[in-house]
Amino acid sequence: MEEKVDSGKKNFFKIFYEEISKSSFTIIILAIFTGLILGGIIACATTKEIYDAFGESFSTGIIESLKFIWKTYSSLFRGSFGNPKEMVDSLFSGDSALIRKAFKPFLESLVVTTPYLITGVAIALGFQAGVLNMGGEGQLFMGSIMAGWAGWTFKGLPPIIHVPLALLIGVLAGALWGFIPGWLKAKTGSHEVITTIMMNYISFSLSQYLITGPFQDPNESFKTRFIEESAHLFRFFEDPLRLHIGFIIAIAVAVIAWYVLYKTTWGFEFRNVGLNPDASKYAGINASLVTILAMTFSGAIAGLSGAVEMLGVNFRAVQSLTTGYGWDAIAIALLAKNHPLVVIITAMLFGFMRQGSRIMQINTGIPIDIISILQAFILFFIAAPAIIRTIYRLKNPKETEPEVEISVSGEKL
Amino acid sequence: MEPILELRGITKRFPGVLANDHIDLKLYKGEILALLGENGAGKTTLMNILYGLYTQDEGEILINGKKIDIQNPTDAINAGIGMVHQHFMLIPVFDVTENVMLGNEYTKNGGFLDKAKAAKQILDISEKYNLNIDPNAIIEDLPIGLQQRVEIIKILFHEAEILIMDEPSAVLTPQEVDELFKIMHTLIDQGKSIIFITHKLREVMECADRIMVIRGGKVVGEAAPENADPEKLAAMMVGRPVELKVEKELATPDGTVLEVKNLTVVNKNKKIEVDDISFEVRAGEILGIAGVQGNGQTELVRCLTGLMKAQLGKISVLGTETTNCAPRTITELGVAHIPEDRQKDGLVLPSPVQDNLILNTYYQKPFAKGIILQPEKIHQNAEKLIKDFDIRTPSSIVPVSGLSGGNQQKVIVAREFSRPIKLLIASQPTRGLDVGSIEYIHRRLIEKRDDGCAILLVSTELDEVMQLSDRIAVMYRGKINAIVDADIVTKEELGLLMAGIDTEIDTEKRKPTRVHEIVT
Repeated sequence: MEEKVDSGKKNFFKIFYEEISKSSFTIIILAIFTGLILGGIIACATTKEIYDAFGESFSTGIIESLKFIWKTYSSLFRGSFGNPKEMVDSLFSGDSALIRKAFKPFLESLVVTTPYLITGVAIALGFQAGVLNMGGEGQLFMGSIMAGWAGWTFKGLPPIIHVPLALLIGVLAGALWGFIPGWLKAKTGSHEVITTIMMNYISFSLSQYLITGPFQDPNESFKTRFIEESAHLFRFFEDPLRLHIGFIIAIAVAVIAWYVLYKTTWGFEFRNVGLNPDASKYAGINASLVTILAMTFSGAIAGLSGAVEMLGVNFRAVQSLTTGYGWDAIAIALLAKNHPLVVIITAMLFGFMRQGSRIMQINTGIPIDIISILQAFILFFIAAPAIIRTIYRLKNPKETEPEVEISVSGEKL
Repeated sequence: MEPILELRGITKRFPGVLANDHIDLKLYKGEILALLGENGAGKTTLMNILYGLYTQDEGEILINGKKIDIQNPTDAINAGIGMVHQHFMLIPVFDVTENVMLGNEYTKNGGFLDKAKAAKQILDISEKYNLNIDPNAIIEDLPIGLQQRVEIIKILFHEAEILIMDEPSAVLTPQEVDELFKIMHTLIDQGKSIIFITHKLREVMECADRIMVIRGGKVVGEAAPENADPEKLAAMMVGRPVELKVEKELATPDGTVLEVKNLTVVNKNKKIEVDDISFEVRAGEILGIAGVQGNGQTELVRCLTGLMKAQLGKISVLGTETTNCAPRTITELGVAHIPEDRQKDGLVLPSPVQDNLILNTYYQKPFAKGIILQPEKIHQNAEKLIKDFDIRTPSSIVPVSGLSGGNQQKVIVAREFSRPIKLLIASQPTRGLDVGSIEYIHRRLIEKRDDGCAILLVSTELDEVMQLSDRIAVMYRGKINAIVDADIVTKEELGLLMAGIDTEIDTEKRKPTRVHEIVT
């Protein structure tokens, strides 16, 4: 049965994944930089005022464009971090209401970062063990709805029991959603990219059925009931600040994942199976078991992410198509080269951009979608490093290795 | 006489590596020039430049005294240069004609393939050079030796005058190698010229007209086989004196360590790969398994080490049955395995050297306490093994992919030898290694044998099997044709057995008739 875990064949995802894991952090940083420039150009190209300015004269056009780009990115920055001047002033004034107002964008960004971070760690963990979990979205849905169920079903529990219980149920739901594709891959050789995506659809339909059926709020259609107060995650500040303990949980998950991956025998097995399943089997590692475990853990963490969103922010499930966290998490994990601690940074990049773009839309009228375009550019440049190398005249790292010589001749080392 | 091909001052640099350093080479019409050198010496780079796969940084190529510019293989083919690659470029399900005409198809009646014309031409070539190839044969039905001839026909079909042959003997039985040399001589008699790349001294001595030795990207010597001395050539290749013969005492075998009874292994496609074989290996002896690649050796080893299931039969190690046990169970009994494909099975290339050195012991003390790894112990272990086994690496934390083939193999040997082992299964332990590393690995194997370890050595290099083994089993089509005493059997006899010829020997030797006398 060990034979079934397919390792030799490369598919599209595998190639993409390997290409990204090989790229250096220089490439990633330059890709982000280039993405920002191109994002600015696209923002200009979609704005009428810029065309008018170019109609006047070329130089006015350029100046207006630069002004516009500055305005875009500065409002993006203010939206995600806050206005530095207001922040400093509020601290000096000592007025707690002012401080809360000034720091709200930053704290809100952390709230938005939380699901990105947890799901990013989930996907990174899977990638490290060589399983390409495309099902973060579905696992997150399951974690969310089941945590919600636990949130409104159990009544009269103290928070210290209710919250962990609801989180645990969310984790188990996600774990089940990860276990099934993992088990299928190990036992039948079916490719997890296909099965996890299929599991996503099952999860969407199932949660839709639950929200409009058994879990539906008797007073309101297409929504579930609210969870009990006792299941709410602890919040650090008064309303409207929503920063909750989920962010701390997220950081802890990243640190634990890092510790397990790099400091324990389990992590040793995970990483080596991910890098070379054949050699791992040779070394006596049960590669099938690792595959199943990696998918299960990945699903469990994604489930936790959904549970935290439910108990910390949403408090009820609403019929919706998709949150996109599960997909963005793939990009976040790849940007971090699957290192759980780096995921903290890349998840913040995504979370802050997402939060900032809302403010940006209000201030400049540039649609939030520009952020998706920006993120797409960044990923595109990381996936096609040759472009970045050409633009910035970086040396191709492959050329320094004499292996090129050997592979062309078809002769093995 | 003007050379048909001349290379002047060819230089090729890769960042950090000078692959070819002002190489001058002359090839005259109707001769076989052997390019002798270790892996990584630069001979393949040089030939890839000539064949247009690389472009030289400096230097020029002259054909018949005229300077030419070769940018890609098409230029090379047009200039009359053809190359037989080590790995054949043939489509297995096509027939000979289709393979040969591929890329250069004859057509008739406005677009229809004219196979008959091509087949006729192939037949002519085959007769002219004594190649004995049927244009209608399907490639996958042909033995490797004949497939190689199809490659040669492909080149001649493109009217090449200069043939480059890259390690052509690597895939052949000794008899097929002799046949190949005959064909090479027919070719030069008909006016073709051949550049023959190899690292095998014996072959050079046998068939070359002129020998050029390359080391570190430079031409370090030239010789004619008549007055060349193998020891000196080897020293030239490696850059220091080399011990070509393996010194070893007579084996003093002890109790049985590995016992295999009626083992049958079937692959995924239900094809029988190992067919009802039985043998045993005793402590303190080396049993060599000789055979042409692809006769079931790979599957035998995978089955013995738990990587493949046995269909029938029984395997036991020191009296414990291990048939279809997990690899880890077998490893923990004291079985070490040097795998055939070291980069695929033996190493996790992107992982650091120190992780590869504990690949199958990482969970044991002192490398782990419970599930917590002990980085300090892992590091100390690596430092010690790097020193003891002379692994050339910048540090213990660089990825093992950055090491040379020989040093990668040393990592595996160090890992497997550093734990108490009773049985060593070594599959192609020196494949693709340079002379220096081969010498080293051979010495280590003999040392291990003398320590009382039982060794099963699987190798397609007949010389290696003959030099190291105490007894030799020959595998052909999944069966063991014979188990013979290494001191008595001749190379010719083994060659015949490897080719499955001489069924008389086969039946006679089914049971080992020549009992190994223990002389102490």
